[in-house]
Amino acid sequence: MASFGNAFSSSIGKKLIMGITGLFLISFLLVHCFINSLIFVNDGGLTFNMGAHFMGTNWIIRAMEIVLFAGLLVHIYQGFRLWAQNRAARPERYAVNNGAANSKWYSRSMGLLGTLLLIFLIVHISKFWVKSRFTGIPTQDVNGNHDLFAVMVETFQNPALVLLYVLAMVSLAYHLLHGFASAFQTLGWNHKKYTPIIKSVGVWFSILISIIFAAMPVAMYLGLIK
Amino acid sequence: MSTGNMNLTLKVWRQKNNKTKGALVDYKLSDISPDMSFLEMFDVLNEQLINKSEEPIVFDHDCREGICGSCSMFINGRPHGPKDLVTTCQLHMRSFKDGDTIVVEPWRAKAFPVIKDLTVDRTAFDRVIAAGGFISVNTGNAQDANALPIPKNQADAAFEAAACIGCGACVATCKNASAMLFVSAKISQLALLPQGQPERYRRVQSMVAQMDAEGFGNCTNTGACEAECPKGISLENIARMNRDFYAAKFVSEEDI
Amino acid sequence: MSELNSNIPEGELTQKWTKFKSSVPLVNPSNKRSIEVIVVGSGLAGASAAATLAEMGYKVKCFCFQDSPRRAHSIAAQGGINAAKNYQNDGDSTYRLFYDTIKGGDYRSREANVHRLAEVSANIIDQCVAQGVPLAREYGGLLDNRSFGGTQVQRTFYAAGQTGQQLLLGAYSALERQIGMGKVEMYTRHEMLEVVKIDGKARGIIARNLITGELERHFGHAVVLGTGGYGNVFYLSTNAMGSNVTAAWKAHKQGAYFANPCYTQIHPTCIPVSGDHQSKLTLMSESLRNDGRIWVPKKKDDTRKASEIPEDERDYYLERRYPAFGNLVPRDVASRAAKERCDAGYGVGASKLAVYLDFKANTERYGRIEASKSGIHNPDKETCMRLGTEVIKEKYGNLFDMYAQITGENPYETPMRIYPAVHYTMGGLWVDYNLMTTVPGLYCAGEANFSDHGANRLGASALMQGLADGYFVLPYTIGQYLSKEISVKAIPTDHPAFAEAEAKAKGILDTLINIRGTKSVDHFHKRLGHIMWEKCGMARNEKGLNEAILEIRALREEFWRDVRVPGTSDELNTELEKAGRVADFIELGELMCIDALNRNESCGGHFREEYQTEEGEAMRDDENYAYVAAWEFKEGVNFELHKEELKFENIKVAQRSYK
Repeated sequence: MASFGNAFSSSIGKKLIMGITGLFLISFLLVHCFINSLIFVNDGGLTFNMGAHFMGTNWIIRAMEIVLFAGLLVHIYQGFRLWAQNRAARPERYAVNNGAANSKWYSRSMGLLGTLLLIFLIVHISKFWVKSRFTGIPTQDVNGNHDLFAVMVETFQNPALVLLYVLAMVSLAYHLLHGFASAFQTLGWNHKKYTPIIKSVGVWFSILISIIFAAMPVAMYLGLIK
Repeated sequence: MSTGNMNLTLKVWRQKNNKTKGALVDYKLSDISPDMSFLEMFDVLNEQLINKSEEPIVFDHDCREGICGSCSMFINGRPHGPKDLVTTCQLHMRSFKDGDTIVVEPWRAKAFPVIKDLTVDRTAFDRVIAAGGFISVNTGNAQDANALPIPKNQADAAFEAAACIGCGACVATCKNASAMLFVSAKISQLALLPQGQPERYRRVQSMVAQMDAEGFGNCTNTGACEAECPKGISLENIARMNRDFYAAKFVSEEDI
Repeated sequence: MSELNSNIPEGELTQKWTKFKSSVPLVNPSNKRSIEVIVVGSGLAGASAAATLAEMGYKVKCFCFQDSPRRAHSIAAQGGINAAKNYQNDGDSTYRLFYDTIKGGDYRSREANVHRLAEVSANIIDQCVAQGVPLAREYGGLLDNRSFGGTQVQRTFYAAGQTGQQLLLGAYSALERQIGMGKVEMYTRHEMLEVVKIDGKARGIIARNLITGELERHFGHAVVLGTGGYGNVFYLSTNAMGSNVTAAWKAHKQGAYFANPCYTQIHPTCIPVSGDHQSKLTLMSESLRNDGRIWVPKKKDDTRKASEIPEDERDYYLERRYPAFGNLVPRDVASRAAKERCDAGYGVGASKLAVYLDFKANTERYGRIEASKSGIHNPDKETCMRLGTEVIKEKYGNLFDMYAQITGENPYETPMRIYPAVHYTMGGLWVDYNLMTTVPGLYCAGEANFSDHGANRLGASALMQGLADGYFVLPYTIGQYLSKEISVKAIPTDHPAFAEAEAKAKGILDTLINIRGTKSVDHFHKRLGHIMWEKCGMARNEKGLNEAILEIRALREEFWRDVRVPGTSDELNTELEKAGRVADFIELGELMCIDALNRNESCGGHFREEYQTEEGEAMRDDENYAYVAAWEFKEGVNFELHKEELKFENIKVAQRSYK
């Protein structure tokens, strides 16, 4: 009987999983970034809370949330597994290794950048998502939506947290700088005409999305958005 | 004619065999000519060691013209040293400065165990080829060579992939000790040619399975292999291998 | 002195091989499974023979001293491989390839063998293309050809400057396929140190595992040597560092005659020696002579830079001496001409031992063609050079890069400096038409045998011969012997003959280790090389050869008294490996001089100064020397001559002329 065999457990299969989940997470970032950017309307969070309400109540979105978490967990699990296996593939390290001569530091540090992002995510999720889904948001805005915006404004009065968010977004930028184009290469989409386009889109995407995200806590801390 | 005028400090990995531990050992060398090749500099050092009744440093080398793929030194943190697109044997001392300290280590990978000093066992590569890096055509079975026209650009692309010398620099430099550039070069060469089509999807599966069984790491697309490859083998080959692998696993109904 | 029987089949030249193939006894498949064949060497000849024998059903063991069969020195061949395909419609044919090869070999090769080589040449290209060897193609998708020295047709197939690599990787993949199927057992990092003979037949080998130092016994119903040439006897040559004569020499000492050892090919276009540290020489493919013009200054000891010497003060000596073939004369002729100019004081470069290989004229010509293609009329010189350089880069880019890497000079701007260097050895173990040596059951293929190139090999013929022997000749001819061996059961390796052979090999290793002398192996190797190059190199004479023989004997005595081999024999010990090889080279070197001294004529790669025409061309003596000199090893280090007369029934023997 025909089967998929080692389609996912082989070295290429593992990369495939990383690539697909990575691209999926990138698509989530787009949505997340769009919704959160509603704070820049600067209307006291009314538009933003409306968006958040939609995201929190639409059943398709809620179902996708489960997929998102599954994808995230798989990405994390596979990432750690790859890291451990790849380390084991070279039991004795080099005394001198000039990696800078042949590759970018962030390409070689995806595990580290990913771990930083994981730590950030734990903080981030416990601050916002857990509150909005489980422990409840204490106040409501004039439209009767949970006032997630108020939680954000309050949270980002803490300079330590703002700093953590900014640093995390720097990590995200570098993680994406490698990850975006890398996912396409893993999927086999390497083409003399398209690859340069993918690469430059990847660079712009990584930088812009990280700046937009980082701008939110900074803007709130500085009181530019109330 | 050359005049020797360089003084160098070498730190060379010495290891008696695969059962003992190794260490970097310092050697001073003087009057090295910039016209010497890196391996000729090692010849000079070995001659001095022999004259002192010490054991010479063992390193793989053979053709000394950059094609056999034997030489395999990790020099100052880079496979085949500081110059791009050359093997160790084609690296010349004019690429270094008087007074330099040069650290020389063997390829390091679980799949390439050290045999002695700078010599490692690369037979894993042979086993990957034996798993499918061929076209099954027995001697005497061939049709006329011109019966099968192959577009020049396709033939050229196959040739570029086939230029791989199997030295293992890609594995040596990869932070994951991954062999994907080597394996994909052979898969690509044959996948690009019409003769390679009948076994195309069997080949990619069996070669990847063998590569994994040998204990090479997983590719994370850092691109170091391509940058360090003395023959300029392209990352495009890895993408092509990935494509073929997916096609084999998810489209083909054949099990291997 | 006895006559040798070369076992050439009866019948008309063009029918011999066909008739042989249809009448050679066959071995049935079930018997093949129990017949074991040992193949030593994994280059073009060895790998293709091992793969093909395994495909046919024999049990094969293959040995190489390198870490992988893919590293054999065939890989370094640059230029191309000849085949009588006539794809260019320039009048090529099997007969022409046969004729060119016999003539190129200066009428010192066997007609029947060479004709067979020409016949199977076309099959080789078919086989390689079917294996996925990416030979160069034209835009129409068909195979491209180029010219090589000594011919007037374009019959050379190539893959950039890496033809040997691509062909070897083809044979290697065929071999690995059989290894993967369990039909070939591959022994890498193993060196053959002895042939085991039982009842006069070759029945196995003693091989040293180079990693553990262990001596291993291996049985085979037959043994095939595809162990390459012995150019490293000169220390400096274009051969790989590990290329050696040891396997062939051990076979020679077991009774296999060594034929024509003095025929050495000195390749005209190598990068000159840069200093005492030099460990090997690098070839610049002969294909460069298609587009490069060779010249020296007309003025003696001219110290001007090449670019400062005006056109009318340059001596394009090959074009001047050989107007018909010009820069494309055979290698021996081109080499001697370069030596003649340098010896006369016209050499260039710091050492004065070099001539120029200049691409300027053809770069400009190509540029003009390119310019007219892209519609530029009356292009200026600069445009021509720029466009032409692109063409040259496309054709020879990797060679130019290699030259720049080694010399530190830019060959696109200044002419290359080149000088002849030892490249190939036409001599080797004597074999009959079946490629069997004088030891029954011991075969020899590729450069290791003496068979097809006579006194000089034409460019792009070595790859052809190696693959012809391995793919298409030996697997058939060996059947003649093996068909009579089907009742022989595998002989256990505790047979006394194995023990004796192993003890002999061990004795040599122990002796080498225990000398504990004062001089390194390389020291002796360099001295041997110096004697050989000076006295048995491009030009030889009676006095020099006699001196060389005495010097080599003294060197041998000193070697066995004073060589220093550090370490032990039960580990990876590269000095011990080298010592064994150099010991054999020293004995071979003496035989080469003896052979050169015996051959009182000049032919091909053997040039005796006493025997030349007034114009300095080689002068053959067909009356007295139209024979193969096959030497038998005798106790001590002595040699006895046997002759195989060469009969030319299909070609009129003539003075070679390339004028």
